[in-house]
Amino acid sequence: MTNVIDVQGVSKQFKIHHERHQSLKERLLHPRSGTTEVFNALSNINFTVGQGETVGIVGQNGSGKSTLLKCICGVLKPTTGEIRLRGSLAALLELGAGFQTELSGRDNVYLYGAMLGFSKKMVDGIFDEVVAFSEIEQFIDTQVKFYSSGMYVRLAFAVAVNVDPDILVVDEVLAVGDERFQAKCVDRIQRFKDEGRTILLVTHNADQVRALCDRAVVLQSGDMIADGPTHESLRIFREHLLDDAVVHDSARLSESIKIEAVSSPTGSFGVRSGSALHLDVNVHSTSAYSGNFVMELFTRGGLLISRNDAQGSPINLVPGHNVVGIDLAQLPLLDGLYDLNVGIVDHRGHTVIAWSEQAATIQVTYDGREAGIVELGATIRQQ
Amino acid sequence: MSDAPLADPRRRSLEDTPVRVVSARATLWARLKNLWSRRELLLGLISSDIRIKYKNSSLGLFWSMISPAFTLGVYYLVFSVFLKNGYPNFVIYLFSGLIVWNMFQNSINTATGVIVDRAALVKKVSFPREILALSNVGASVVYFVVQLLVLVIFVAGVGHAPAWKFMVILPISFLSLYLFTSALAVVMSAINVYLRDMKHLMEVLLQLWFWMTPIVYSYEHAIAPHLVRRGLSFLYFLNPVTLIVVTFQRVFYVNTIVHSTVAPYPIIDVLPTWSFDKFLYLNGILLAIAILSFFVAEAIFGRLEGNFESEL
Repeated sequence: MTNVIDVQGVSKQFKIHHERHQSLKERLLHPRSGTTEVFNALSNINFTVGQGETVGIVGQNGSGKSTLLKCICGVLKPTTGEIRLRGSLAALLELGAGFQTELSGRDNVYLYGAMLGFSKKMVDGIFDEVVAFSEIEQFIDTQVKFYSSGMYVRLAFAVAVNVDPDILVVDEVLAVGDERFQAKCVDRIQRFKDEGRTILLVTHNADQVRALCDRAVVLQSGDMIADGPTHESLRIFREHLLDDAVVHDSARLSESIKIEAVSSPTGSFGVRSGSALHLDVNVHSTSAYSGNFVMELFTRGGLLISRNDAQGSPINLVPGHNVVGIDLAQLPLLDGLYDLNVGIVDHRGHTVIAWSEQAATIQVTYDGREAGIVELGATIRQQ
Repeated sequence: MSDAPLADPRRRSLEDTPVRVVSARATLWARLKNLWSRRELLLGLISSDIRIKYKNSSLGLFWSMISPAFTLGVYYLVFSVFLKNGYPNFVIYLFSGLIVWNMFQNSINTATGVIVDRAALVKKVSFPREILALSNVGASVVYFVVQLLVLVIFVAGVGHAPAWKFMVILPISFLSLYLFTSALAVVMSAINVYLRDMKHLMEVLLQLWFWMTPIVYSYEHAIAPHLVRRGLSFLYFLNPVTLIVVTFQRVFYVNTIVHSTVAPYPIIDVLPTWSFDKFLYLNGILLAIAILSFFVAEAIFGRLEGNFESEL
């Protein structure tokens, strides 16, 4: 596989000015006033993205995700290190940033295309497709300043995804337009994926990463703390979120509650479709705690099948060893592997106290005729 | 893998594509190559600049012709009819210098603030930033061409024959003007990010610069006698715009020595009496300097653009 993006030892430092003296007079009068502080936005990031991979970059606010993305796009230059790129790149950093509001939609499509590095001839070829995708046919010759904000971003998105880039870089812009247009965007990204193009996706939305990405890179305060398969990276990401919460929430009993293991009385996580499954979650606590219990079940593809909690009856943990039971009366799932996440949250469900991502993998065997995820048991006959 | 055949052609094509490198220091050569590869964006920005300027005006680009033609008419009335400074066809002398100056001044004035004005774009989209400054220079070139057309029409209209022999020097002179203007525009646009006063300072400096360039007066008549005596005439040509202006005047005004139209009809030295070879030689040197200055400007810009994002 060809490496399309090769990030080698990239660090980025910003100078933060506490006193801004930008006029000549101020510089002359205060040659040394104003302190500058060096802020490390990224430190020594190394990873490669092969052709056709879809990689997510996750991290909290201020973890350096956007800085890294901007470096890859070439908007920022890394302080040290270098990034090697192959093929054309279209970035959806801020939709419509390159638009000239005085010009018509048509002119802007060409100008924006040129900014992304595509020739006029290429844009000619895809112009109709762009207009159709953005759904603003009747306003294409109107000045962009008269566009609604929705039309504005739709047009920008349409240009970026239709110019046939080899690499698509997306920064939290999938929340564009109404629900139908959003679905269209996700659909288009999925098609990109199928066509063997490379996608780099930055988002807070773990479900989106799970659904679209093969791999995820986790950043925390400028350091890369994980680079691996999506579910593993997301597990590390959630664990770090928890560690952070401990630091920030002094009222919480720090690290006193741990989910140790999930076990099955039968000793196996294999189950026949339609039969019952009982699981024991072993929780260790150093002090008494009363909260809620959450479980999630995912397909291997990252689709959430079910999220459920203790439904109003609190889990009262005592110091020492605790066991929380999960009873699945009959599992209507079809053949496949399913990942289980379990966790303990506070009463209001706002704070996660303990979390175990992919605590167990359940293997369901099914020998009926149905295909998919769930056994509906539909009967079909002519009436 | 049902989609493997779909993915394959793309894979092959990517293996052959060259690797682009994003790093703190790009070599000057890499910068220039990158700049050249984005020339289509430059043209797009120039045309959008011009279109925005004349948006919603019914005469459009025609205005850039009407306005200099009107200026030319006013100068004609002032200097040849009312004030009578004695230079025959003084309007042609004046206008051939003025179009050069307009191109220079327009470019610098618009380009100095351009990176700051378009900060939103600079922070979000990746392209060689100096293209913004170069697009302002490019738009000024378009206005220059229109004004040149007005001059040519005027010269033909009054039946004044230009110096055909010297015409071949014009492209060299214009190229020097373009490169030198571009160099200054690129550097100023970057400096203005750090020192926002630069924009206002340049406006003032350009006024001084205008009067240091022989446009509304004659270098040969007003300046040379004082400088030549002390052997300092080269000082005046340290201003690169001077030689370009004088070359344009030589081509369009032609006459180096004229008889004043005002009594008692003294002889006036208007332009240097240099031979064709000397004009060619001097312009050749200027072109070399202009090319060099453009490279230097690119290198300076490369140094300064690294910290744009923390200043914008």
